Amino acid sequence: MLIKTNASGFDHPVSSEITPQGIYQGRRELIKLMATGAAGAALASWAGREAMAQTLQKPGKLAALSGGKSAVAGAVIMEKITDYKEATSYNNFYEFGTDKSDPAKNAHTLVTKPWSVVVEGLVKQPKTYTLEDLIKLSPQEERIYRLRCVEGWSMVIPWVGYSLSELIKKVEPLGSAKYIEFITLADPKTMPFVGSSVLDWPYVEALRLDEAMHPLALLTFGMYGEVLPNQNGAPVRLVVPWKYGFKSGKSIVKIRFTDKEPRTAWNKAAAQEYGFYSNVNPTVDHPRWSQATERRIGEDGLFAKKRKTLMFNGYEAQVAQLYAGMDLKKLF
Amino acid sequence: MNKLLLHPFAKSLVFVVCLLPFAWLFYAALGNQLGANPAEALIRAMGDWTLRFICIVLAVTPLRVISGTPALARFRRMLGLFAYFYVVMHLLSYSWFDMGFDVPAITKDIAKRPFILVGFSAFVLLTPLAATSFNAAIKALGAKRWQWLHKLVYLVAGLGLLHFFWMRAGKNNFTEVFVYAAIIAALLGWRMQHFLRKNRLKPICNGRTRLS
Repeated sequence: MLIKTNASGFDHPVSSEITPQGIYQGRRELIKLMATGAAGAALASWAGREAMAQTLQKPGKLAALSGGKSAVAGAVIMEKITDYKEATSYNNFYEFGTDKSDPAKNAHTLVTKPWSVVVEGLVKQPKTYTLEDLIKLSPQEERIYRLRCVEGWSMVIPWVGYSLSELIKKVEPLGSAKYIEFITLADPKTMPFVGSSVLDWPYVEALRLDEAMHPLALLTFGMYGEVLPNQNGAPVRLVVPWKYGFKSGKSIVKIRFTDKEPRTAWNKAAAQEYGFYSNVNPTVDHPRWSQATERRIGEDGLFAKKRKTLMFNGYEAQVAQLYAGMDLKKLF
Repeated sequence: MNKLLLHPFAKSLVFVVCLLPFAWLFYAALGNQLGANPAEALIRAMGDWTLRFICIVLAVTPLRVISGTPALARFRRMLGLFAYFYVVMHLLSYSWFDMGFDVPAITKDIAKRPFILVGFSAFVLLTPLAATSFNAAIKALGAKRWQWLHKLVYLVAGLGLLHFFWMRAGKNNFTEVFVYAAIIAALLGWRMQHFLRKNRLKPICNGRTRLS
């Protein structure tokens, strides 16, 4: 885009050319050092900035799946990416256990091949997609998003996928379609906690159709340049970066277009705690804790002050217009 | 068994064992071994250990009576003080790692969130028990009054359970809560039965004394 607005986000050529925040913030120190003649040593570390800049290394664990550069505003944020190890060992995926270390331990039983996704409901072109067809439906893009969990922690994850709107356009929703429902796998044979009383299985999430059409809503197949690990929702999941993490269903098997607001899993379990919208909002507290701040996993150590949570998780410029005129304190 | 429990080193040994969870958590926190979210891990572990020590200290009397080992009573005070130690650590971890010692924010949080209010009340109620644990306090209060005061621990156990239940309620994840609840219910149930049995026996004994 030639004309830039606030919504364009921070445009940049290659992420490795960006000066790391630590060095940028310490630039005055660097000048001081130069003045006192200690520049030689300081410049050595300056030269080392290439090594410190974010060049995403593939973890080398799973099949590669790379995404091209995205033209979507807000697609790539410039914050330190969370370690792959932490992003894959600290998960909420209740089908595999309620402890955050459980999914990494138990999800190896998930069978992701063959996989298909049924698209049905109020659409002109209902269809069952095989995973292979779905992956090829649109070019894969890299999206570096903040992930804010409703529990008060956050990560920065490089996802690989394409805008959900690409799929929606293909199946041609009817005029009566107002909502889109994501039904995830509930297989008691491979998922040990399906059947536990924690939630009403299968795990169902939903968006309003205009939210789902927003280009930031990502149909996701990979992360860190590889296919999704099982504990992160393989082989296909949703990522809606301006909403709390639980809105982004994992291991999706069915996408249904409806005219009524669907009952979603956490909303059914505790409606007063988890609203249908569940947009990240620092001014609306969870009944049991404040949402004003968050702890960035792997960065904000034990003694660090928690960082401020941003409205719509920092995607306000891109998504706020979806909620114009709505009382977000009531429709939380 | 009694002999072993009366050994001069028995108390020191129990003291060290009770300190092990804390020592491990301290070591793990220094070595960054508490997982991706160390603050949460620490706060929860300290809370878990508080509940465990409340169960342990409530188990002393039933165990002593059932197994006929009066020497067990020697450890009761120390175990109770460890319950208090872990609840202080729990509160301290929350105030420090979650709230950054922001006192107005902590006060607001306690007043606003019922589950924190309940947990905090349990801590407040446990404080006079810890403060009157030394012998002089028992003398000053008189054994009867002291015993009555220390019955507060039953209320504290209930509040602690409610705090834990409430904290898990949002996620409908009650398995662990029920385990602690069952243990505490069994320990309090035994006391109730013991109390009723003692009261039922009394009149019969009286009757006998009258007869003879």
